[in-house]
Formats: sequence, C-alpha cells, structure tokens
Amino acid sequence: MARIEIDGIEKRFGRTPVLRGIDLDVAAGEFLSLVGPSGCGKSTLLRIVAGLTREDRGAIRLAGEDVDHLAARDRDLAMVFQNYALYPHLTVAENIAVPLVMRRLTTAQRLPLVGRHLSGSRAAHAAIAADVARVAETLGIAALANRRPGELSGGQRQRIALGRAMVRRPKAFLMDEPLSNLDAKLRVEMRSEIASLHRRLETTFVYVTHDQAEAMTMSDRIAVMMDGAVLQVGTPDAVYADPDDLRVAEFVGSPKINVITADAALAAALGVDATRAPDPDGLRLAFRTEAVRLVDPTGAALAGRVVHLENFGSDLMVHLAVAAAVPIVVRRDPHDPRPRIGETWGLSIRPDRLLVFDAAGRRLRSVVGRGA
Amino acid sequence: MTEMSVSAPADRSIAGERPRRPHEERAAWGLVGPAATLIGLILVVPLIVVVALSLTDYQLGAKAWRFVGFANYADLAGDPVFWRSIANTALYAVAVVAGSTGLGLAVALALQGSGALAPVWRTIFFLPVMASLVAMAIVWEFMLHPTFGLVNAVLGLVGVAPMNWLQNGATALPALAVIGVWQQFGFAMVLFLAGLSGIPTSLYDAAEMDGAPSAWARFRLVTWPLLAPVTLFVVVISTIRSFQVFDTVHALTKGGPNKVTEVLLYTMYAEGFEFFRTGRAAAIAVVFVAAMLVVTLTKVLLVEKRIHAR
Repeated sequence: MARIEIDGIEKRFGRTPVLRGIDLDVAAGEFLSLVGPSGCGKSTLLRIVAGLTREDRGAIRLAGEDVDHLAARDRDLAMVFQNYALYPHLTVAENIAVPLVMRRLTTAQRLPLVGRHLSGSRAAHAAIAADVARVAETLGIAALANRRPGELSGGQRQRIALGRAMVRRPKAFLMDEPLSNLDAKLRVEMRSEIASLHRRLETTFVYVTHDQAEAMTMSDRIAVMMDGAVLQVGTPDAVYADPDDLRVAEFVGSPKINVITADAALAAALGVDATRAPDPDGLRLAFRTEAVRLVDPTGAALAGRVVHLENFGSDLMVHLAVAAAVPIVVRRDPHDPRPRIGETWGLSIRPDRLLVFDAAGRRLRSVVGRGA
Repeated sequence: MTEMSVSAPADRSIAGERPRRPHEERAAWGLVGPAATLIGLILVVPLIVVVALSLTDYQLGAKAWRFVGFANYADLAGDPVFWRSIANTALYAVAVVAGSTGLGLAVALALQGSGALAPVWRTIFFLPVMASLVAMAIVWEFMLHPTFGLVNAVLGLVGVAPMNWLQNGATALPALAVIGVWQQFGFAMVLFLAGLSGIPTSLYDAAEMDGAPSAWARFRLVTWPLLAPVTLFVVVISTIRSFQVFDTVHALTKGGPNKVTEVLLYTMYAEGFEFFRTGRAAAIAVVFVAAMLVVTLTKVLLVEKRIHAR
C-alpha cells in the first residue's frame, strides 16, 4: 500500500502533446479512476506511473520516494492489461507464478529441468506453488491451474491476469481498461468483484477506463481527463453533481446531462439570476434527467413536444424536442401516467440542480438558481 | 462412376444425408476434376514412375530393361559411397539448419525496430536467397581461392596461413555449409521478422512488470516460446532445402576431395547422368523422398500436438 504522487507530468509523442502537465495525488489504499474518452492520455499516464513509458517532464513518487530513475520491474507495481497479456504457452498456474519466479529465483534456478535441483531451489519452488495456489483459491480459478489461456473464456483470463498481479504484494495495482474486452453482463459482475478485491487487499488501485459507469461505481475518487489534462478530481458524487466543466458534466452520467443555451431572459425565467455572469446572454444551462419534471405547458418557461419514449423498466426516459437542437431527456417513473408521443409538455427544472456554465464551458458557481 | 455412387442409399440414411441427385454428382466430379488431374499429372504419376524405375535395371538410353525387385536398394545398402553421402548430407543439413536458423533469428532480433535503415538491411540480407546459387558459387570460388581469394587475404592479416578451402578434406564440407548458411539465413530472417511482429508488445510490458530482470529473461519468457511455431517451420523448410544441396557441390567440388562432399542429390545425379544407372538413381530419389516425408510428418505431428495443447 503506497501513496502515488504524480507531479507535473508532460509527454509528447513526436510533436503531439499527449499529457500537458498532470498533477495527481493518490492516497495510500485509495481506488482512483482515470476516466476520459479514448485518446485523452489516461493510458499513457498509467504507463508512465508503471515505468513502461518515460515522461518528458515531471516526477512520479511512490511512497514518498522518487522512482523516475527506476525501471518498471524495480518499481514494485503490478499491472493488469486490457488484453490480459497472459503468456499463451504457460499454464494458468505458471502464468500466475511468473512474478514470483522472476523475483525469487536466480537465473540458474529458473533453468528448465536443472533449475529445480539446485540448492535452495526446491524450497523456493514449493513456496511459489503455495502462493499461487492461495491466489488461485481466492479468485476461484484453482480448477483451471493446468489449463492454458487459449482454452479459457475472457472472464477466466481476466481473473488470471488479476491473480498474476495479486500474487506478489505490490505497492499498488495499475489497471488499464481491464474490463473492456468482456461482454456487458460480465463487466457488471467483475465491477463489483474488483471493488471487493480492493477492499480486501487494502492496496492503492489506479484504474484507467473510458467507461464512466465503471469509474462511478468502483472508485473512491475519479479524475476526469480530456485532451491530456485533468479537468476535475473528486468523489463520484461530487463529479456527478458538481462538475467544474461542461465537458465533465457531459462525460459523466448516463443518460447524458441535458444542456441548453440560454440568454438572460430564458435564464431568468428558469430561475437563474444571470446579471452576475460576465456574458449574461451566452449561458449554457445543464441539468440531469432526474432534476426536471413534466408539467402543464401553459405558463412554463420551457416546453417541448414528446418525440421518443425509452422504457428501461425501472425508468422511463421521455425525449422532448425543444428549441435546442438536442432533445431534452426527462426521467420518469414508468408507473406514473405516461406522456404520449406528439404531446406538448412543459418542463420544470429544480433551480438548485441547475448548473450554469459560460459559453466556453466553464462553470459559473457564482451564478446559481434562486432556489439554491 | 455416377451409378456406383448413387447406389447404397442405406449407408447414407445412417449418416443422415439425403441421397444425392445425379446432376449434383456430375457437378462435384467436374469441380474436383481439374485439380485432381493436375495433382495426378504433376505429382502422383512421376512419383509412381520413379518408384517403378527404382525396381528395374533401366539405364538411360537403353532399349531393354527388366524388373529386379529391390536389388537396387540392396546394392545401395551395401554401397559405402551411398552411406557416405547420407552422412555428409546429414552433417551438412545439421550445420546449415543450425547456422541459418541461429543467424536468421539473431539478425531478425537485431533488425526488429532498428529504425529507418531496417528495410535496406533486410533487402541486403535477403539478396542471397534470391540469387542464383550456381552464379554465387563461382563468386565463392574466387573468394575461397587458395592464392588470390579474399578469405585467405583477410585471414592472412591476422596471421592465418593460406588454405585451399575447397580441396582440403577437413574444410571442404564446412566451407560448403558456410555458403549454405549464407544463402539461407535471409529466408529464416524474413520469417522470424514476421513472427516477431506478431508477438503482442503487451507481453513484453507484462514481462517487464513481472520483473523479468534482463533482456535474456524476457527472450526466454516471451520471444522464444512465442516464436516456436515459426522456428519449427524455419527448421523444417531449411532441413528440406539443405537436403536438396546440389548446385554448390556440382559447381565447386564435384563431391570431392575424396568424397567428403559427396551428398545425396549429387550421388543421384552422378548415378543417373554420369554412370547412366537410372534404376539406381531412382532408388536414391525414393530414399530422398522418404526422408523428406519423415521430416514433413514430424512437423505435422508436432504442430498437431501444439494445437491440441492449446
């Protein structure tokens, strides 16, 4: 368990800047997710922490110590890769044993056939076998010990990759989109499994994903990255309810947050006092689907025509066409009376849940709804 | 033919197939026909002819011949030159397979991701594979020439006495093997480069994270095992090609001195076209084909085993 300090990391590939000065502090034992669209630099950042890629500028500290001069193998970290990166010619047990074999045995002891008969080798091999068996037991893959990765399903391979990372007690776990090659159902299952693994191991996890749902459901904190920069770091609740940037608001949460452009008059009608905004007529107002209700259109500040209904069983999503190009989505209980397609409804937005951004997408915290 | 295959409907019903109609039958034969004819004309018929010839005392140009059973094979079994040429061929093959596989892998590893000049080097190393070996043999003859050869000149700089490489019983076969390696390693290199590019880089990352302490450890953990199918293929192909060695022997040593470079195909050539003992040459050819078949079957079995292991 170790604290990871990421300090002013910059990286370019050729002339393209990939990371533009990243600062992050991951507390010891914390589960931090790096989340962002593909190409935002999150995987590169993880590889820099791991030591697999060299940064151009900045520093990484593990447990308070500078590790920039250390090769990946000397940083005492474990990594789980998107494609699992299992050795196809080794059995499950041998795969899990590799980190121990590489670290506990000498070059001579690793030799095939001869190695086992060298002094001290027998005991070392037995200890490794015991550790591997313990990890395989924990992950429920003991029965697969003698199979090869090629014979196994994606979920089983995922577990083996986790086992290989767990078998040593590393300072931290780095995970690079470990669930994105699994089918949707398994992904949800593994989500809770990895979260409970984190609770049991009490080790620092840095988890890279492009799936905001994974980040929201598993993490202690989320760092939302875009275009090589961290836009916001915070708990899932904070990032969801109180985003600093419109891009964060749009990236996090499903279905996507509603955004409308508003001039001062519309803003005032919705209960926002725009007079303190630098540009009162160029506002962007955002609100979650659960922060808006359907009301009688007469006298409503905003009204729209129902164009589409999505029934999820637990929720009913009502899509309404308003003046804005993108329809507004309203979350409703499916047991409530259902609006019909073609009907016109008014929209009532909770002023305290109304997020105000300027035209560039920066949050205007001083401009808030009257109900707040 | 068609009638024959329409009959026995009982067997078909067991297999759960509906009886085929005559026109489907004809179409099937029509589709298989051209390929079957080609295979027959190009491979099967000549093979049968060679096997048949090996059982006769036919001599090139002779009007009469008679069936001698396995006499040619019995003769070969008692002929020290034949055994000598088998041993020489095997020795040559082991040296060339080991040399060209090892050198090909080493060069491929060195060239892998070595930057802008890699394609140039790759082409240069592949040139001997494309060159005519007889023409190249003449170049090698000059290089190895005892008085004005480049090899002796270079070795002279470090104080090695000049040698007649191709006419010395101790060096003639090794010299041919060196030429063989020179000619073949580019082929191995290209295959290894393809194999290397097929190894996912994430495995090297994993090896690094797992603490593989050295480049050698990473090679043992990732590169070597993942190249195994390519290596097997390279070994089989270069074994077959080494067994086929003929051009350099014919151009440079003619089996000499004192039969130290007598190899299987050269013996066959001499029997067939110098001594005109076609029957006996055919027997050598059959032995040769049998040997190649063993090599190929070994490869197939190994590959099958690998597939089942996965």
